Amino acid sequence: MKKLLIGLVGFALFAGAAIAYVVSARGDEPAVNAVAVVTGQPLPLDGHTLFFRNVAQGPDFGKLAAVPRTAPTEARKVGDLHCDRFAAARSTGICLRVRQGSLPPVTDLLVLGSDLSVRHQETLPGTPSRARVSPDGQFVYWTLFVTGDSYSATGFSTRSGLYEVRTGRLVKTIEELPVFVDGKRYFASDVNYWGITFDADGNRFYATLGSKGKTYLVEADYRQYRGDAILENVECPSLSPDGKRIAYKQKVSDGVWRLAVVDLATKRVTRLAETRSVDDQPLWRDDATILYGLRRDGDASDVWSVPANGGGTPVLLIPDASSPAYG
Amino acid sequence: MYLATSRAADSGGPATGTTALRWRRVSGNVVALGLVSLVTDISSEMVTAVLPLYLVLGLGLNPLQFGLLDGLYAGATAVLRIVGGYAADRWHRLKAVAGIGYGLSAICKLGLILAGSSVAGIGAVLAVDRAGKGIRTAPRDALISLSSKPEALGRSFGVHRALDTAGAFLGPLVAMGVLWVSLGDFGSVFVTSFCIAGFGVLLLVVAVRDRVRKHRAAGIPLRAMFALLGRKGFRRMCGWAALLGLVTITDSFVYLALQRRWEISSTMFPLLPLGTTGVFLLLAVPLGRLADRVGRWKVFVGGHLALVVCLVLVCGPVGGPWPAVGALALHGTFYAATDGVLPAAAGPLLPEGLRASGLALLQTGQALARMASAVLFGLAWTLWDLGPSLLVTAGLLLTITVAAAVVKPWEAKG
Repeated sequence: MKKLLIGLVGFALFAGAAIAYVVSARGDEPAVNAVAVVTGQPLPLDGHTLFFRNVAQGPDFGKLAAVPRTAPTEARKVGDLHCDRFAAARSTGICLRVRQGSLPPVTDLLVLGSDLSVRHQETLPGTPSRARVSPDGQFVYWTLFVTGDSYSATGFSTRSGLYEVRTGRLVKTIEELPVFVDGKRYFASDVNYWGITFDADGNRFYATLGSKGKTYLVEADYRQYRGDAILENVECPSLSPDGKRIAYKQKVSDGVWRLAVVDLATKRVTRLAETRSVDDQPLWRDDATILYGLRRDGDASDVWSVPANGGGTPVLLIPDASSPAYG
Repeated sequence: MYLATSRAADSGGPATGTTALRWRRVSGNVVALGLVSLVTDISSEMVTAVLPLYLVLGLGLNPLQFGLLDGLYAGATAVLRIVGGYAADRWHRLKAVAGIGYGLSAICKLGLILAGSSVAGIGAVLAVDRAGKGIRTAPRDALISLSSKPEALGRSFGVHRALDTAGAFLGPLVAMGVLWVSLGDFGSVFVTSFCIAGFGVLLLVVAVRDRVRKHRAAGIPLRAMFALLGRKGFRRMCGWAALLGLVTITDSFVYLALQRRWEISSTMFPLLPLGTTGVFLLLAVPLGRLADRVGRWKVFVGGHLALVVCLVLVCGPVGGPWPAVGALALHGTFYAATDGVLPAAAGPLLPEGLRASGLALLQTGQALARMASAVLFGLAWTLWDLGPSLLVTAGLLLTITVAAAVVKPWEAKG
């Protein structure tokens, strides 16, 4: 009897504590935007705009925001579109967002037209990590973190896929791309791809292949559908507009990456002036400047820019922002 | 179903129907341990379900950093399982050692909030959580084993595993509910998970009876644990379990193969483990009872045959949806016929005072063999790609299963 009483009182205490915490967490949402926004204006993919994810606390947290490409300090415009990752090129946009309340998480992938209207939608398992659009606007591609297909239940892996805008062809994962390492066909159970980047020709593409604790830069041919590992320790590649260099994150130690640029012809690696750890797929503003999201104090993030030649210093471009994209 | 179970098992009153009669043969202590596992599994699966979302979207971290540590954790867990089993026997404190394991894992849920966005902090919390799981497993299974009549061991473990699995089923649903109510606040999920785990520890403290040893030995030396391997029956059981573990394919490979073969829509992919879990949940008790009746060894071997058929279906020439459904069902059957049946079979071979140590040795051997199997399968894949590797594994598994069936390494009576 006494034990039953202890059990019931304990249950009431634990249940009460949990309910109290949940209720108090509900009231935490700030009612005012920490960074002022402009609403009610269209956000077109006009080629003169810098888009990003607004991560300033407030009611418009998580929404896609935009500033003029030439005046990034202007007040940010926000619409209604929520995106965890966003990218754009040539009147095509891609928006990845986790579907609310889905466990295990699934991500809605939206292919957007020039007025940001949804032209196509896919639903994929996982949590958004990277998103990009090919320079010709004909491919959108992405990387998602997924659980449950690694050795153990708690392991994580990535899955990268692409979608052909013109034909509607969907490649859910590029894992089955035949890849050659040192000229030999590479098979492994733990192959992961992350961070795809296409050339302006819409055929040559690059991606990071991770396997057995190593990462490789894979150079692939889309039509022939085969790839070759050409470099090691290259993650989240991003091909320069002139197609000659790749900006990427270079692993220094576990969980620490430095931004670097490699010249594809000479294989010469240049570390950029940013000395903090960057975990993002870099974005080329033009052939001379690189943009990236940088984490700050836990879950906050800002967008910075740095020269692509290794000189200069990093400049804070947009505070409280992530996932930059020109479109 | 399970509420009815516990009520029937706890009430001393006259049973009203045949169902109640059947359930009453499971000791109240086993049902209590099952409920503790159910509650704890709800708590831990809540966190497992939201962790990727939390790391990637909540903190902006790269979860691959944590995957690298996985092999290390698995090895450490295996060692801690032996430590937990031995400590429980050494000080005659099965319940206390299990309680420490449950308590450690409960505290970790709060640790996730304290760790904030620190990668090292989160890594440490995940490691301690695993350690808690490692410590508690052997003393808990020993308690189940010692709280049951020897002829009903299979049923007892079946009831425990069914309750445990039910918790794993409910965890993600509870997490989803909490996220919905708290407007997507991860802290709420962790605090709720902590409260549920805390209630699980309390349930262990008030509802589970420890085993009072009749003859208290002065203390059990470490070598007594390893001397268990000198017993012919037990040594053979450990050997066969490890050998079978070495050719038992890791779950994720089965799911990957299923997905590739049937091009299962990738949003459905995370649901494949639920298929296995569901069948495990349904069959754990019936197969445990069957094991008590026809012999635990036969059911254990039969479970591995189910896995062989599952692999053949996955690679086989027959298309259409039914082979895929059948393969999942057989995969669940494999778990239901082996996971609880093995400790049930080992129970009678081990002296009461060394039950936790013995079970720890047996399960650690099996777990290490399965880890090696994952590495070996990874190598096979590197050489031959997925399909051929699966067929070779199925062939080896069939060979060893048949050998194990013919040699009959233990159980004098069938």
